[in-house]
Amino acid sequence: MKVPHLEPDSMVGSKPYVSKPEHNTPLGFPGELVEGWEQKAVTKLGELVSQSRALQVFLDSCVKCGACTDKCHYYLGTSDPKNMPVARQDLLRSVYRRHFTFAGKFFPKLVGARDMTKEVLDEWYSYFHQCSQCRRCSVYCPYGIDTAEISMAAREVMDSIGQGQKYTNEILVKVHKIGNNLGLPGPALANTLEGLEEDVKEDTGVDVKYPLDVKGAEVLLVTPSADFFAEPHVDGLIGYGKVFHAAGVSWTLSTHASEAGNFGMFVGSSANLHKIAMRIREAALDLGVKRIVVGECGHAWRVAYSFWNTLIGPFDFLDPRYPVPQHICEFTYDLIQKGALKFDKSANDDKVVTFHDSCNVARASRMGNMPGGQFVIPREIIKATCNHFHDMAPETIGEGTFCCGGGGGILTDELIDLRIKGAMPRMQALKDVIEEHGVTHMAAICAICKAQFTKIVPYYKLPMDMIQSVHGLVSNAIVLNAKQ
Amino acid sequence: MSAVTVIYALLFYIATAILVIGVARKIFIYARTPQPLKIPTTPAPTTRLGVAARMVREVTVFESLFKSNKWTWLFGWIFHLCLFVELTWHLRYFIEPSPFFLSWLQWFINFTGYGMVLGLLGLWGRRFLVDRVRYISNLSDHLMLALLVGIGASGLSMKFLFHTDIVSLKAFFLGLMSFSLQPLPADPALLVHLTLVATLMIIFPVSKLLHAPGVFFSPTRNQVDNSREKRWVAGWSAAIDNTKKAAG
Repeated sequence: MKVPHLEPDSMVGSKPYVSKPEHNTPLGFPGELVEGWEQKAVTKLGELVSQSRALQVFLDSCVKCGACTDKCHYYLGTSDPKNMPVARQDLLRSVYRRHFTFAGKFFPKLVGARDMTKEVLDEWYSYFHQCSQCRRCSVYCPYGIDTAEISMAAREVMDSIGQGQKYTNEILVKVHKIGNNLGLPGPALANTLEGLEEDVKEDTGVDVKYPLDVKGAEVLLVTPSADFFAEPHVDGLIGYGKVFHAAGVSWTLSTHASEAGNFGMFVGSSANLHKIAMRIREAALDLGVKRIVVGECGHAWRVAYSFWNTLIGPFDFLDPRYPVPQHICEFTYDLIQKGALKFDKSANDDKVVTFHDSCNVARASRMGNMPGGQFVIPREIIKATCNHFHDMAPETIGEGTFCCGGGGGILTDELIDLRIKGAMPRMQALKDVIEEHGVTHMAAICAICKAQFTKIVPYYKLPMDMIQSVHGLVSNAIVLNAKQ
Repeated sequence: MSAVTVIYALLFYIATAILVIGVARKIFIYARTPQPLKIPTTPAPTTRLGVAARMVREVTVFESLFKSNKWTWLFGWIFHLCLFVELTWHLRYFIEPSPFFLSWLQWFINFTGYGMVLGLLGLWGRRFLVDRVRYISNLSDHLMLALLVGIGASGLSMKFLFHTDIVSLKAFFLGLMSFSLQPLPADPALLVHLTLVATLMIIFPVSKLLHAPGVFFSPTRNQVDNSREKRWVAGWSAAIDNTKKAAG
């Protein structure tokens, strides 16, 4: 990967639409930029730092060693130095120093401390929406400084003064109001699932059920709402249903919790994060399920794996024999291990598959019972269902995986230029395996990755349908009459 | 007692107080500030022992930095290792009789002064030569390196050029520690060395040198990856009580 030379401010113009009052007030944020926002922003920043050891340590500890400077996909793709993780952090650190540290109060020039001005706010708005919170920088920082935490804090500060982002806040309003990010009401959902049942029946001749709001089901499946209709997401959902069917495990989706995604994390809002997660606890109790399984979604899995126990636990009402929550890949992998699933791998013989590790799964969570299980388990599923698999270059997968370029709440059309450039490192690694190993398809386990890749691969002269759901591959290869 | 002795005695009392109180205050703040959510950078150890091992690797061999950039790692590691040996070696000015293990360092100490300066110059060079690192460097980053290079160079100068009376020097510091002032040899190289060291001690608690205590409190490195097995609550997340809501 060639590291570009600096092109200062080349991306300063990249910014998402500002959210309107109707997308702010329902979330507890002021409708528009408030009077005296400079002071209010500083006060809010102080509050956030006093409530977070991470911020406290991260803002003090950076020594400007430069280790992170060539690690961000947005820097690699845009050459804008403010997309280097340390420089992005410094946009906020400079204000923190000015107002909360001895050196910044008395020697601002010496340590690069700045007052909170309109110019600074504009930079925040631009560059904290050029961070996908993928945590790649935190892997390489000698102190583990995680820019995601800083960008969440910056967005929380901006929301608190009425400078929110339209895309994320609009979605947050929808999830609170309707139950999912896409705003699919219950009847539409039921309709979609019926349609899936018919499609699968037509394809396979088997009555695979896609149940909704079934009380007393064993498993509650919570999945990103894109799985209900977007391509290739829906192939994954079809696959989950087939796996449950083959395993003979009763399961259900819920209209109350028809969304695994939680954009509350992207904007750093603990209140929204908790409230959105709470629907899952409520749905699980209401439906009386014994297990919760989460579908293919990167940041949702982070929230579920790392935060749910904190936010909506304890889970003493669920079956203690299973981890709570469980990833759909863990569920499928367990069945494969037990020999409970039968596959006809030749169904995927038209494909040479590679796997994209999604950042929140790779660097912010785990699968299975050993560190790094999140890298092993999806690959084992792919290998169990496909004859041809090749990994991309080792430094671009696993914990060093490159972000798709669309995560963290920036998957919006007005940021398409940024998204294309941010995907460049991943696309380069993909092109390498295409050339060397004849790879034809890339599978992922994240709704945002799939949506982002499908949209941007054409700009890299690759076909959109090369992007696959891991459970789409499962769906192709699974032999359903095995348990009939 | 000479004015020089009195001034340096006061300087070191003040510098030590600022260093100890300032760093203790920061450590207290780090320890007291809650970390409401689990955010270890994964793959992460699943046990406390595993986390301890991760932390030991991080602070002894700079594991993450090694993954990141071999030049920065090399210069940074050489500098820190040499600094560590030098600091240990300097115990001989503060403990009577000198600790027995110092004799083991006898051989290394011929190189560590150079190593320190070399490592620092390497790191400093990157601040000029690598455009990305040049961009992120503040004036304070350069001054910090200048200060450390000054400490190393003045120390080396006493070792090889301007020998100082180390017996009197030791008497001075032992005297400081027992609050009975002893004369300090007024050699220029020594006074420069001591002034720079005291300056470093004074700015430590208000500078990026806080990375030293900070790394131990970094949640991405010191948290155990066991969020499913063990419910974690702290700060605002400790105020969450879902059981009430669930029952109602």
